[in-house]
Amino acid sequence: MSSSRLQLAALTLAVGLFTGQAAHAANEQYFPLQSYRVGPYAAGGSGFFGGFIDYLQDVNAHGGVNGVKLTWSECETEYVVEKGVECYERLKKGLNGAPAAATNPLSVGIAYATLERSTADKIPLITINHGRTDSTDGSVFPYVFPLQLNPYSEVSAIVNYIGQQSGGLSKLKGKKIVVLYHGSPYGKETIPVIDILAKKYGFEATQIEVPHPGNEQQSQWLNIRRIQPDWVILRGWGVMNPVALKTAKKVGFPANHIIGNIWSNSEEDAAPAGDAAKGFISITTHPSGTNFPVLQDIKKNVVDAGKGNLSDPKRFGTVYYNLGVVNGILNVEAVRVAQAKYGKRPLTGEEVRWGFEHLNIDNKRLTELGALGLVQPLKLSCSDHEGGGAVRFQQWDGSKWNVISNWIQADRALLRPIIETSAQQYAKEKGITPRNCKIEK
Amino acid sequence: MIFFSQARQITTDYRSERRLFRLKQDRWVFWAVLAFALIVIPRIGTDYWFSAILVPFLVLGLAGLGLNILTGYAGQLSLGSAAFMAVGAFAAYNFQLRIPGISLLLSFFLGGIVTALFGVLIGLPSLRIKGFYLIVSTLAAQFFVPWMLTQYGWFSNYSASGVISAPKLEVFGQDFNTPSGRYLLTLSIVILLGFTAHRLIHSPLGRNWMAVRDMDTAAASIGIPILRTKLLAFAISSFYLGIAGALWAFAYLGTVEPDGFDLSRSFQILFIIIIGGLGSISGSFLGAAFIVLLPITLSLGSTALFGQGADQALLQNLQKIIFGSLIIFFLIKEPDGLARLWRHLRERLKLWPLRY
Repeated sequence: MSSSRLQLAALTLAVGLFTGQAAHAANEQYFPLQSYRVGPYAAGGSGFFGGFIDYLQDVNAHGGVNGVKLTWSECETEYVVEKGVECYERLKKGLNGAPAAATNPLSVGIAYATLERSTADKIPLITINHGRTDSTDGSVFPYVFPLQLNPYSEVSAIVNYIGQQSGGLSKLKGKKIVVLYHGSPYGKETIPVIDILAKKYGFEATQIEVPHPGNEQQSQWLNIRRIQPDWVILRGWGVMNPVALKTAKKVGFPANHIIGNIWSNSEEDAAPAGDAAKGFISITTHPSGTNFPVLQDIKKNVVDAGKGNLSDPKRFGTVYYNLGVVNGILNVEAVRVAQAKYGKRPLTGEEVRWGFEHLNIDNKRLTELGALGLVQPLKLSCSDHEGGGAVRFQQWDGSKWNVISNWIQADRALLRPIIETSAQQYAKEKGITPRNCKIEK
Repeated sequence: MIFFSQARQITTDYRSERRLFRLKQDRWVFWAVLAFALIVIPRIGTDYWFSAILVPFLVLGLAGLGLNILTGYAGQLSLGSAAFMAVGAFAAYNFQLRIPGISLLLSFFLGGIVTALFGVLIGLPSLRIKGFYLIVSTLAAQFFVPWMLTQYGWFSNYSASGVISAPKLEVFGQDFNTPSGRYLLTLSIVILLGFTAHRLIHSPLGRNWMAVRDMDTAAASIGIPILRTKLLAFAISSFYLGIAGALWAFAYLGTVEPDGFDLSRSFQILFIIIIGGLGSISGSFLGAAFIVLLPITLSLGSTALFGQGADQALLQNLQKIIFGSLIIFFLIKEPDGLARLWRHLRERLKLWPLRY
């Protein structure tokens, strides 16, 4: 043992004694959860983190990942950025010697504020279905993963679906599409890309802002009635969604020509609008329902054993809950992939990052996981931290969502140059030298 | 009480009567605390303490100080504090972005100046209206600024989402990007501005502020220039808030979106000075400690007590109840805030162990 290692050992021991935790290397992998169960977005937070935790419990019921048990602890953010940062700093060190695998704040603001910290601390930051679009470029953002679907892909997939409904993308020419967006960074993120798509396919796009929180939309919808669009794309959040549907009904715009985006697609978005929501279409990467084998398994091992995390058992299998399960599956798969390379032991954030970057989930693996149709096939790489870019469409029948389409792909080749330009600009501002993805292994 | 013994500490001239700490003991404690904060803490603190506790405490304390100049000393009510912080953050960001090679401190300072000018603009109605009506006009600023910053892409350099991220934190070639570096940078600025504020309060201008606060008609009749006094209060207060905003964005979060400076932030800063003490410099920091540290303490405490077994939502709401009760308790105990509570305690301690 060299003297520096001796010093390190002594220091570790001292720190361990000081914090009252012996630094015993438990055979555990830790997930820090920056959750939100109170505040205005509690419905989303409690569903998502409920599904996430239940899936982790389910994996533990099967003996963990190759014998490594999963642990977690929660810290409440209320969806507030500085609380999210405090929670990140509090939890990043791991728990009882179990190292942190990745953070999943499910908040654009918190993700932005912890992006650089995550990179410096070498802990993957997962922004499933949201986040910075340009963080798809892993050469500039090695530790950030907008898994499955970034905001640009989302819009592109919706346009492709509208093209399909019209009988081909060439038929989009001359069509009118209105985008009704939430007046926030999240809502505005897709403005430039919609203009690009409109130019390419020759449809007429009008973008109308709804100021936060969006509980008054009369003037916007009167404007929409005047335009008489073929389709309305709803990029809403929270209370804005049911209000949009109700107001649409008032001005006589049919709900089955409104397409909700990824944050306008839950039961909590449609149900409060009552009859007005009937026929409303939205996209999803995580259909609701309890028939997927993985959900049945969770029911058997976790919920029926009285360990379910949801305080309201009726929410089992809803959209937000299932997103949590999907997120759990992807996190745990990353750990599994990384274990195959680094050994069956607790892994550091850096090692788990490698796992995320080498995720390759095909239909065969999805069947093994019991999640075929719940999760899309996903293949990530050094330069592609998104992977999927596909969505399914679902329609609200007045009481539940019914899936009405198969996976529809975004035009990712078209979006890639825009993403790279934006990532390069970020790299220049920050003085980052991008990784060379050609030689990354 | 031996610690507060005033024996043989008689002031013989004006200067020593008016110094920051009249008692020797206070001076020693003050310098000891300063030395501890500047020399010891950077060596023993952890990332968590710097990034999650000390920096936000200092920045919000500074913001509280800014509002205290306006509300506590000059008596002008305002609910636009967060808007001023946003102006400071975005102005500093744009100076940094558009003037190549500008030093960080200069861009902070210029950001503060821009905020001061904006503050004067918002302060103009205060010449005609008072009290609650003035709150409404500052409220207009509070809604206008975030709207303007999201509406015009230029302010955020056309970033798609309207979120800006901090440039490199370099001062005189030193990199302050580590957690302890950020803390030291914030602390130095706060000490400098805190000292300046103290000098201001005890200057003729500070006296004028208090005169205007206590009765502006009387102040005007003895020849205090109301216009200048009020507008300077707005300008200087906004300057402080602007610097606080820039620190919030650059030294604390490292990124900032206009929504981070919404009305609830303004209320937070107002509560800081109400709980800490209106018209007191130390009160701003005591209030910030209360508002920033107490919820974190409660949260850590509940985790230690109940672990992960209990219903998390229930625990959160319980913490809110406790926090609210403590606010009510302290305000009933001492409506003038924590700073006054501390002063009372000191008066009692001076006589201790005697009763009166």
